[in-house]
Amino acid sequence: MIQTSSKTYELDDIEMRQMYASTLLELAQNNPNVIALEADLMSAISTNKIIGKIPGQLINSGIMEANMMGVAAGLALTGKIPYVHSFAQFVTRRAFDQLFVSGAYAQLNVKIVGSDSGVTAEHNGGTHMAFEDLGLVRLIPNANVYEVSDAVQLGYLLRKIEKEYGIHYIRTIRKKAVKLYDENETFESGKGKVLREGSDVTIIASGIMVAESLKAADLLQEQGINATVIDMYSIKPIDKDLIVNYADKTKAVVTAENHNVIGGLGSAVSEVLSEHCPTRMRRIGVKEQFGQVGKAEYLKEFYKLTANDIVTAVKEIQ
Amino acid sequence: MDIDLRKLEIFRDKIRLLTLKELHHMGFGHYGGSLSIIETLAVLYGEVMKVDPNNPDWEARDYFILSKGHGGPGLYATLALKGFFPEEVLYTLNQNGTTLPSHPDRNLTPGVDMTTGSLGQGISVAVGVALSHQLSNKGNYTYSIVGDGELNEGQCWEAFQFAAHHKLNRLFVFVDDNKKQLDGPTKDIIDPLDFVEKFKAFGFYTMKVNGSSLEQIYKAIQKGKAQTDKPVAIILDTMKGQGVPYLEEKADNHHIRPNPKDEEAILTAISELEIKLGKAGAMTI
Ligand SMILES: Cc1ncc(C[n+]2csc(CCOP(=O)(O)OP(=O)(O)O)c2C)c(N)n1
Ligand SMILES: [Mg+2]
Repeated sequence: MIQTSSKTYELDDIEMRQMYASTLLELAQNNPNVIALEADLMSAISTNKIIGKIPGQLINSGIMEANMMGVAAGLALTGKIPYVHSFAQFVTRRAFDQLFVSGAYAQLNVKIVGSDSGVTAEHNGGTHMAFEDLGLVRLIPNANVYEVSDAVQLGYLLRKIEKEYGIHYIRTIRKKAVKLYDENETFESGKGKVLREGSDVTIIASGIMVAESLKAADLLQEQGINATVIDMYSIKPIDKDLIVNYADKTKAVVTAENHNVIGGLGSAVSEVLSEHCPTRMRRIGVKEQFGQVGKAEYLKEFYKLTANDIVTAVKEIQ
Repeated sequence: MDIDLRKLEIFRDKIRLLTLKELHHMGFGHYGGSLSIIETLAVLYGEVMKVDPNNPDWEARDYFILSKGHGGPGLYATLALKGFFPEEVLYTLNQNGTTLPSHPDRNLTPGVDMTTGSLGQGISVAVGVALSHQLSNKGNYTYSIVGDGELNEGQCWEAFQFAAHHKLNRLFVFVDDNKKQLDGPTKDIIDPLDFVEKFKAFGFYTMKVNGSSLEQIYKAIQKGKAQTDKPVAIILDTMKGQGVPYLEEKADNHHIRPNPKDEEAILTAISELEIKLGKAGAMTI
């Protein structure tokens, strides 16, 4: 749990990609049916470090994301449990119909991990910067959609979805995230985590924007505004009860995501609220824009994804 | 041969020099795949292509699409030398707010004909451009470079079927066969088998040349232009990091964040090229 007084949010010791690789190694060693698929980005997600240990359970399919998704469906059809990884745009935008038809419509068991999400794609720029992936996968009937905020959460969810049949998409960054949880924290599907309680406004965030929201809550507190901060790592299914409960309590909701405001967390929360508890709301996220090259900090400023932007949005609806 | 090889060699060396300087200034980037296409860029922009730096959108120009978009820094150095924009702009590569992103963007950079970076997509667009000119009975040529790893993508082979079916003889596909992709040797990831046989089977007029030989590349293009009913494939036998022996030998040379040893080798390569060009009386870029 976060201490509300803490003003600095420390990066974890472990990179998200190290957590991905070590968890996949553990899963594969414990279950011969777990097969990890890559599309020539193994060294970007550190699975190149584990390949020697699980030959045959880690396959580099080459630069063929659409084919890789179909191959994953074929593996699933015969009882294997494929974990498919590439950068977020390649496993969603690039291979969407294969994911949709061969994976989801055929009702197969495929786990997908999209990395380098949003502004963290940095110098790969506009072609590589996915602000749409959550929206795309959320459109698929019965798909489970997560955006992880820290390494413990990533490891936990990777293990959890092994046991659950169906399409699961996990969105992550590759490098270090702010450490939010201790080792034994658990994460249910369809639930959010309240990281901080405050009665004036509820900030609902996912991924890198959770830490940004905690910073915003500190800034708001200095100005006498008490914010609740929720890590909504499960974007679909989404924690309807928690959203309605806090919207009702605080009468103001701001969402924050490193993603287009259309289709992702902001959309999901507003859909819940407009039907069940209409509430004054603002969405922090990318608005009608494409990606571009730059450092993540610069891009956060550019797309208005900073703690200060959250503060401004809160004040608009206070 | 009817070209001034000496002049072309100087152009090549200048492109290599500026590519190294620009990547070094940024601090990291796709050295391997930027360097392996420099001879081809030198022949295309130095001798073959009809372009006008003062009028990048000139309708009668030849088109160039870098389907392996991560080679952008090599293309940018070439375009700067041709006069599409000042050399200083090169040193904004990948900086916040730049007009020169890692991957080429037609909306940001004068002389860049198409936005690429998602591998496999540029080549289809090149086919579309060639088709358009054929439909309008225009004489423009379309040149495109694909990576050997990029050819993993099924979309490339869809593009090739389409090009051959429509007899797009003014389309030139260069395969930068540097034998490596991101995670390692192409042969170990998805064995490409024999590109020459593959392209022949797909209906291309196919040649294989030494991709570090300006002369061979030039001659292959002339031969390709002489035939009239097939698209042309030129398989370039290249090396990642080409032209800088240290980088050619470095195992992990796709995307480099130089360690102190790399740094020294890169700086040495830069000064060697400067000295070589200085002796040739060609240092003013
Ligand atoms: C569709 C797509 N998938 C993955 C990538 C990430 N990526 C960038 S370069 C590269 C390797 C390319 O290898 P190759 O085509 O052989 O290029 P070169 O060796 O000339 O660098 C990969 C996988 C990408 N840019 N696009
Ligand atoms: Mg290659």
